[in-house]
Amino acid sequence: MSGSPRTLHPVAWWGWAAGVAVAASRTTNLVLLLLLAIAAGYVVAARRTEAPWASAYRVFLRIALVIVAIRVALQALVVGSGGATVLVVLPQLPLPAWLTGVRVGGPVTAEAVLAALGDGGRLAAVMVCFGAANALASPSRLLRTLPRALHELGVAVVVALSAAPQLVTAVGRVRRARRLRALPHRGVRGALTIIGPVLEEALDRAMTTAAALDARGYGRRAIVPVGRRRATATALLGGLLSVVLGLYGLLDGSTTLHIGPLGAVTTGTLGPVLVLAGAVGCVVGLRMGGRAVVRTRYRPDRFLLPEWLALASGTACAGLFVATAALGGVDSGLAPDPWSLQPPGLPPLAALGVLCALLPAHLTPPPPPAGTPEDT
Amino acid sequence: MNPVVHWESVSFHYPGATRPTLSTVDMAVPEGELCLVIGSTGSGKSTLLRTVNGSVPHATGGTLRGRVRTAGRDTAAHRPRDLADVVGVVPQQPADAFVADTVEEEIAYGMECLGVAPEVMRRRVEETLDLLGMAELRARPLTALSAGQQQRVALAAAFAAQPALLVLDEPTSALDPPAAEEVLGAVQRLVHDLGTTVLLAEHRLERVAQYADSALLVPGAGRPPTLGATADVLAEAPVAPPVVELSRLLDWNPVALSVRDARRRAARLPVPVSAPPLATARERGDVVASARGLTARHGPVPALRGVDLDLHAGEVVALMGRNGAGKSTLLSCLAGLHRPRSGRVTVNGGDPARQRRRDVARSVGLVPAEPADLLLADRVDRECAAADREAGVPAGRTAALLAELVPDVPGAAHPRDLSCGQRLAMALAVLLARAPRLLLLDEPTRGLDYPAKHRAAGVLRRLAAADRCVLLVTHDVELAAQVADRVVVLAEGEVITDAPAAAALSASPAFAPQVAKVFAPAPLLTVDDVRRSLLGGGA
Repeated sequence: MSGSPRTLHPVAWWGWAAGVAVAASRTTNLVLLLLLAIAAGYVVAARRTEAPWASAYRVFLRIALVIVAIRVALQALVVGSGGATVLVVLPQLPLPAWLTGVRVGGPVTAEAVLAALGDGGRLAAVMVCFGAANALASPSRLLRTLPRALHELGVAVVVALSAAPQLVTAVGRVRRARRLRALPHRGVRGALTIIGPVLEEALDRAMTTAAALDARGYGRRAIVPVGRRRATATALLGGLLSVVLGLYGLLDGSTTLHIGPLGAVTTGTLGPVLVLAGAVGCVVGLRMGGRAVVRTRYRPDRFLLPEWLALASGTACAGLFVATAALGGVDSGLAPDPWSLQPPGLPPLAALGVLCALLPAHLTPPPPPAGTPEDT
Repeated sequence: MNPVVHWESVSFHYPGATRPTLSTVDMAVPEGELCLVIGSTGSGKSTLLRTVNGSVPHATGGTLRGRVRTAGRDTAAHRPRDLADVVGVVPQQPADAFVADTVEEEIAYGMECLGVAPEVMRRRVEETLDLLGMAELRARPLTALSAGQQQRVALAAAFAAQPALLVLDEPTSALDPPAAEEVLGAVQRLVHDLGTTVLLAEHRLERVAQYADSALLVPGAGRPPTLGATADVLAEAPVAPPVVELSRLLDWNPVALSVRDARRRAARLPVPVSAPPLATARERGDVVASARGLTARHGPVPALRGVDLDLHAGEVVALMGRNGAGKSTLLSCLAGLHRPRSGRVTVNGGDPARQRRRDVARSVGLVPAEPADLLLADRVDRECAAADREAGVPAGRTAALLAELVPDVPGAAHPRDLSCGQRLAMALAVLLARAPRLLLLDEPTRGLDYPAKHRAAGVLRRLAAADRCVLLVTHDVELAAQVADRVVVLAEGEVITDAPAAAALSASPAFAPQVAKVFAPAPLLTVDDVRRSLLGGGA
């Protein structure tokens, strides 16, 4: 089923991760959140490559843990917490009377901690999904799938992103040199003196990079007649404008517009129409813009059955969570009441959703084996 | 044959410059040649190379007069991106210009921009990978490559688009010798097997002179460049590799370009060159710094394993070894920047890792690989004044030190605008203001041409003679031969050689300078040695 080793289309992985993230954002049920995070981790473990960005998952996992820790600590220390089950009583800071509702220290209840865990856990699970997407397909690969007309924008973003690690090494080098001269290299004063040289260097490098990209043919265009160019711009701008107006209509559907003698129409009906028309305009504009670009693609990622399966499993996961919420209402089990201190249940549909999230680990082809490690 | 590049009475002014960087350039480089572009640093080599694809003046600004035609296209009317299909440019720091994630995608990028058909592109990527022996690297992430491999990828990426001309601006200046060999080997493959036209600027002429078909000398100061056969141009050039200098000394005509050539002619010398009367071992001063059983790690990776080393006043020690052998870590330990795992470091009687930085700076000065990192001010004179204040010495001391090292550094210049040699001197002066007795230099001659290197060697010798110890990390055997009393070679964190320079350098095939190879087994290292030996023989 999983086929011969190859890397999956990045859009498939990011779509899958987005689905799982949507599911995670629908629940504060700790059991479900943990299961979703484990599912994402399992897929990463099964399908990640040897590339450097594959270690992103670990970084995002740490960030997620920090988020949970901060959320719980804040709840325990600062936010007033109700509930009866006192875990520990911290020394309380006396605050002026007018600061009602805020306290520092005091009793920490199990209910409050549980509520914080649910809230923090939801955000953490979304982070974990984002980390999984990063680990499975590097963001620069995702940018490369942009339509032709936007491709150069994508390259600019990739190059800009790659400047970040270089900036870090530059700071390290300058700080080291600063120590050699026995000058301050820590604190505000140290930082201020370091910024100058580092930025100067970054600017120099940006100029070199721009020249190098230019020399490689970045930004070559076919000659396009003026009329076509104008049509492209009109289609794109008109489309974008229409999408923005339409979104406004979608969000606030109650306003009634009176359009002369034609009668009245609510923004609620006009909204979707505008969004649709705008989207069509954008697609046409991008297509036309793409024709001015001479570039071709080297071994483009293909979107085959495994890609659709990964995308479908992410969507199914999200769909099952949304369905659970819609069918079960308050008692769906997705958002158990932390104040009752009951063990969270496991809603069957959502559990099925978690299983769906696991599927890509087996339904997608394994990544190609890493090149023979050889160091020079 | 059609010229690939044709300069017609070209002159060029940078914006705001008082003098032209290039003037009256009237030359044509024919197809299929490997043309070596030589000249001192700052002579306008890079500017000349950049006129070829139009990035001078399109990217730099400035005024270009005359006409440059590359593969028949006038660069005035064509921007660099419009010339990308005929000129491939390999930048000095390829990592700055990488766009893709993996080797294969990077090689394809240029062709993607040119709109090469996918199946043609696929075929060319495969061929290029094979041609440059990089098939096993194809799926590697670019960030996981060594500097030499990155440079080869950049070369492959430029070549794969099949331009009529490749322009390489000092492709090996940031590389260690094995990596430089890798890159130059690849260049030669492209030139000799495939007839690609290549314009190559390079400092280390000893590596490439013998392979070049022609040489283009940019004399600088706006004088017209000359283009001719390699041997003819090098015979007159201000920058020349040791074999050429030897040829000039011995009046060989035409000059020898390779060790092989020189060795055959040296065998026919009427007076056999003999070893010079052994320079009496210089009196070594007291021990300035020492390391005992020094072990250091970078995270889990061992960098130094039990290094024992004594550094004496009055000597220049060259620290050599391949990249990753622990040279920089040793410097860091001596400067107190890196706390050793075990073992002891003593500098001027104290442990630098435990002293305050202010006190360490009085006993050790380290010039990092990029000397400009040490400089903070926006003007040379302000830099000197700041260094005086930091060191607590009377005003004008640093400026005097600088003038002693290199005369005529303009006080109003920005330190970043100085030449490599001047920047090195500037960094040295700033450190010397605190009068440290141990001077450490990390690759001080990177980017220096032969005359500048010669001057730097003189400076280092003078510093050592003033009762200091100079320890320099270098890959440059010619420099080590010129300046070092002692050579220490590190391999995998251990000292494998610690011997007087003459013995250490002439005995090993890997570290022998050109002159030593020509006259082996006589222990002559430099052209100066030969000159002295001839004078001694004549007297």
